[in-house]
Amino acid sequence: MQTKFSEAQLADPATKRSNEILRSCVHCGFCTATCPTYKVLGDELDSPRGRIYLIKDMLENNRKPDEKTVMHIDRCLSCLSCMTTCPSGVHYMHLVDHARAYIERNYKRRWDERALRWLLSKILPYPDRFRFALLGAKLVRSFRKFVPDARLRAMLEMVPDRIPPASRNDRPQWFLAEGQRIKRVALLTGCAQRALNTDINDATIRLLRRHGCEVVIPEGIGCCGALTHHMGKTDDSHAMAAANIRAIVAELDGKGLDAVVINTSGCGTTVKDYAHMFRNDPLAANAGRVAALAKDISEMIADIGLRDASHAEPLRVAYHAACSLQHGQQIRSAPKDLLKAAGFQVVEPRDSHICCGSAGTYNLLQPAVSAELKTRKVATLEATQPQVISAGNIGCMMQIGSATGIPVVHTVELLDWATGGPMPQPLAEKPELSV
Amino acid sequence: MPTIAMPEPDLGILARASQIIERLTAVVSAEAVISDPQETRAYECDALAAYRCPPLAVVLPRNTEEVSAAMKVCHEMGVPVIPRGAGTSLAGGALPTADSVVIGIMRLRDILEIDTANRFVRVQTGVTNLSVSAELEASGFFYAPDPSSQLACTIAGNIAMNSGGAHCLKYGVTTNNLMGLRMVMASGEVVDLGGPLLGSGGLDILGVLCGSEGQLGIVTEATLRILPKPEGARPILIGFDSAETAGECVARIIRSGLLPVAIEYMDDVCLRAVDAFANAGYPKCAAVLIVEVEGSEDEVLYQIERIRQVAEELKPVEFRTSRNADESLAIWKGRKSAFGAMGRLGDYLCLDGTVPVSKLPSTLKRIGELSKDYGLEVANVFHAGDGNMHPLILFNANAPGELERAEAFGADILRLCVDVGGCLTGEHGVGIEKRDLMTKQYSADDLAIQMEIKSVFDPDWLLNSTKVFPLEASKPYRDKAVRG
Repeated sequence: MQTKFSEAQLADPATKRSNEILRSCVHCGFCTATCPTYKVLGDELDSPRGRIYLIKDMLENNRKPDEKTVMHIDRCLSCLSCMTTCPSGVHYMHLVDHARAYIERNYKRRWDERALRWLLSKILPYPDRFRFALLGAKLVRSFRKFVPDARLRAMLEMVPDRIPPASRNDRPQWFLAEGQRIKRVALLTGCAQRALNTDINDATIRLLRRHGCEVVIPEGIGCCGALTHHMGKTDDSHAMAAANIRAIVAELDGKGLDAVVINTSGCGTTVKDYAHMFRNDPLAANAGRVAALAKDISEMIADIGLRDASHAEPLRVAYHAACSLQHGQQIRSAPKDLLKAAGFQVVEPRDSHICCGSAGTYNLLQPAVSAELKTRKVATLEATQPQVISAGNIGCMMQIGSATGIPVVHTVELLDWATGGPMPQPLAEKPELSV
Repeated sequence: MPTIAMPEPDLGILARASQIIERLTAVVSAEAVISDPQETRAYECDALAAYRCPPLAVVLPRNTEEVSAAMKVCHEMGVPVIPRGAGTSLAGGALPTADSVVIGIMRLRDILEIDTANRFVRVQTGVTNLSVSAELEASGFFYAPDPSSQLACTIAGNIAMNSGGAHCLKYGVTTNNLMGLRMVMASGEVVDLGGPLLGSGGLDILGVLCGSEGQLGIVTEATLRILPKPEGARPILIGFDSAETAGECVARIIRSGLLPVAIEYMDDVCLRAVDAFANAGYPKCAAVLIVEVEGSEDEVLYQIERIRQVAEELKPVEFRTSRNADESLAIWKGRKSAFGAMGRLGDYLCLDGTVPVSKLPSTLKRIGELSKDYGLEVANVFHAGDGNMHPLILFNANAPGELERAEAFGADILRLCVDVGGCLTGEHGVGIEKRDLMTKQYSADDLAIQMEIKSVFDPDWLLNSTKVFPLEASKPYRDKAVRG
């Protein structure tokens, strides 16, 4: 569509990129059909097409963001379902990221909102702080009904019953491949995931080693930057991403790496976008190298080929497609194919393209829309009558797990089990499912 | 400046904006009324984005009663109303005026009744076209009209524009599949027309309403005919090295007495954009036909063979059938996304003229000549089986003067359609896009009769009144209507 940016505005690389994106949109409206927030709220302002319009107007006029514009952009999950749907290839992710950074710079949120966002950005990306916060929250959780703020209540409700101790496996080190080494890979151990669930990295390491991979946890690796990036806090997110790039490149230039494996698909989407994030930065070349090596664990195992997967029970697995996997990284069939190859009976819920409402910090910042999406997702998952639900992203696992009695595990836990690892803990706790 | 004029807003209405908003807010919930200028902007256009005007307010009711209440307020206060579905119109059917209230029905999304024994479904009209068939999936039925925007467009919009689609060659367009409706009249009164039974006495008022472009009322519920899904279906891809030969092949298939469920045409410009999105592996040549046949396996094979015989006389560069369900899906995904995918090549104007099938070859040739005259590239993608053409004129919206040139080119193509015995629109409706060309197709008397009919339903000319009829022709009607 037509845009009205001046030459001076286009000199700014971020604006130049947004102009390219806006120019490729033909306003056809297809994106509205698969947008979760439009489905829930039924207002075009809460759809990609409406948000694109708000962003266009804000950027073209160098306008100070107003409360309404901010509200509608805040309500975007960044699930990127619209990018899968868009026939003309509008890169909505880069556009909304630009808008979020613009809002962060030019809009003053109310004090409580600012405090909350500051708190989240200073806790979630740091596993030790987050674990400490979780333990504290667990203590006060029983008083949550007296908490007046819906967002704080949502946070307390998300606190899991069991908070695992820090895993030794997540410290910088390397693990030898079992049998002949065919690849040497780095594992991004994540941030929030390390505090919430240590089984996922443990299972990933076992699975990779069993498939001939030497696994490195590089010194200095941490949060990928996604959590703060989606809050528009680009200084924080770039600093975190830069630290990761340096850590991985040190390993790459040392003993070499065949891949950077990621088992939290939300992080995978961001790491794969590092080249864009640093396109105008001295780190550009190295960011590009890291992004090119990034692989979701399901891609990695599919590349190698699943080995001797005959050890698990042939359970009925409902596969929940994380948005960051199916839309952000366009990985749809690999996890399902692997589960099938491992002997599981795979079923999929209706509307599998729609987000569960977790979306990073979204469930904490937008509890109402998130809760509605959670209810819908859990209903469609339960309708498939599964024995277990599997997903490739910790956020989705927490979100869905908080509303169903059916065990929720990471896809790698099932693959690890099928290839000789232990039965996933949530399944072992259900005696009716064990052998 | 774009060439299609819109009337000046009524200053009297603008002066009463706050009272209008206040009264609307009193009859629907506050969050259902949008009047902040930052927010109404998102409703300033539909998919004909070259024409834009934010409305005075937008109302998003939750049910028929709220639509009626909002309509009553607008009627009493003499405020023009722009009905809106999903806003996917390519003809500007949902373009607001500054003095209008947009009433959007996208929150009316319930499936009310599914009756497979009597072959009908009753829905609220804010449901999308595709979701009707999705709801029927398990029962083995489907809803036939399938406009390419079916993923997003609403049943209300389909009824307003009498939408067609690829598969309408065999099953007919919306009007052939619409059995009944509930409609909010311009006065706010709610009426029911037709129903699940075939045929009724008296005038076919349903036939008048279907395709009336939101000028006679706002349809909030619809009873639709549903059909059992065929046992099987398979698309065939036939490639030709010239547009005219492909056009000739369409005419010959139809003449042979075969009735494929769809015959679609895409040229090389379009294929380039579409394959980048759908990866359907279309043949690389000047023009490709997608011909879909359906029925039992024997029927499918028989029809494919007959079509092969017809096509081979014209020496196609490629003739192949889809090998599996995934390939068929990709072939259709590409075709259905063609308009959107063309955005990869630049801005475009999408036209919607219809010609007799036998005139397809000569019309395609003439469009090619006009393209050279105007110096603008044109892509052709359309429902060839019923002669419903969609030339897409490529231009650069940021280059001064190009939109005007593209519009002049488009008008020439539409005149050409009428000249060869066709008409201005196949399925997108007149909207504002073809409004000023209506005199090419209709005499002053023809237009007067149509406007008299509108006056019966909407005496005050409040509903979408700046569309369909040339402004000069409708002026006396619009002026006569007393504004609050």
